[in-house]
Amino acid sequence: MSDAERGSWTGAVRERALAALPPEKLLPDTQPAYMSSWIYVFGVLSLVSLVLIIASGVILSLQGPDWWHTSGIGHFFNSFHLWSVELFFFFMVIHLWGKYWMAAWRGGRSRTWMTGAVAFLVAIPCALTGYVSQQNFDSQWISTQAKDALNAAGIGSFWNLMNFGQMYTYHVLLLPLAVVALVAAHVLLVRKHGIVPPFHRSQTVSPAHAGAATNGSPAAHNGAPLPAGVPGADPMPSPALDPGIVVAAGPDTGPVP
Amino acid sequence: MSTAAIFNLNHPAHAVQWHFFFMSVSNVIVLGLMLIVFAVAILAPFPGHGRPRHGGAKS
Repeated sequence: MSDAERGSWTGAVRERALAALPPEKLLPDTQPAYMSSWIYVFGVLSLVSLVLIIASGVILSLQGPDWWHTSGIGHFFNSFHLWSVELFFFFMVIHLWGKYWMAAWRGGRSRTWMTGAVAFLVAIPCALTGYVSQQNFDSQWISTQAKDALNAAGIGSFWNLMNFGQMYTYHVLLLPLAVVALVAAHVLLVRKHGIVPPFHRSQTVSPAHAGAATNGSPAAHNGAPLPAGVPGADPMPSPALDPGIVVAAGPDTGPVP
Repeated sequence: MSTAAIFNLNHPAHAVQWHFFFMSVSNVIVLGLMLIVFAVAILAPFPGHGRPRHGGAKS
């Protein structure tokens, strides 16, 4: 235990944070060549959409339903908020599909995968509570249908979708907090563990480099390929579904085996 | 004051039905778009791929 850890909890937190995420990992100036993939662009677009959702949502919450239903600017921000949500899900689903087919949980990245997947799941009730908080006939229709769905699923006693106050609180406070916390954890875990290498490279890491394979270091992916049939060899690489292979010609990754 | 909508929504939603499959046309369009964009994201070459991605500090 270091002096800082013995001295105060703030020092201990600082040392643990620096050990988990040193500055060169938190804000790196190099990345593996296989990051050059559109799938990561959709992850960043999801983040941009989330920022726009929160910004437009703050403006809507400041003005209230009467404003967003009756004024031109209110209509604009109401639509802006809705379409930001639509794009958030659109981008997030494409990012999720891509990472699923890349098996992005490999190499000790299970928490990165899980925080992303759970963020997607938590975003669904976050959107639903928004649809039922519109304060119009549309929200009344959706809330009665959703109420029946929750009752049919046996969880209707926990939430009342026809209670505007409860739904609005969930929508503007509790669920956004959960989504933002999960997304923040997801991004920090990406920084900590690096992005997942393509199949053929993660399966060819030599034992000497196995420990470094989880940090996204290009040096960790230059091991000799394992022969077919050897445990750990990739039995069926899928280059068509692995965008990382597209950029395998990068000088820091070596030739494709 | 009322403004004209770009699309006339004053009718029941259109839906696509085939055996057990039942989905509104708007959802089918969004799902199809996502599949198309996903395929493009996988197949389209990334601009500048193959170039080194080193920053200036370590070069």
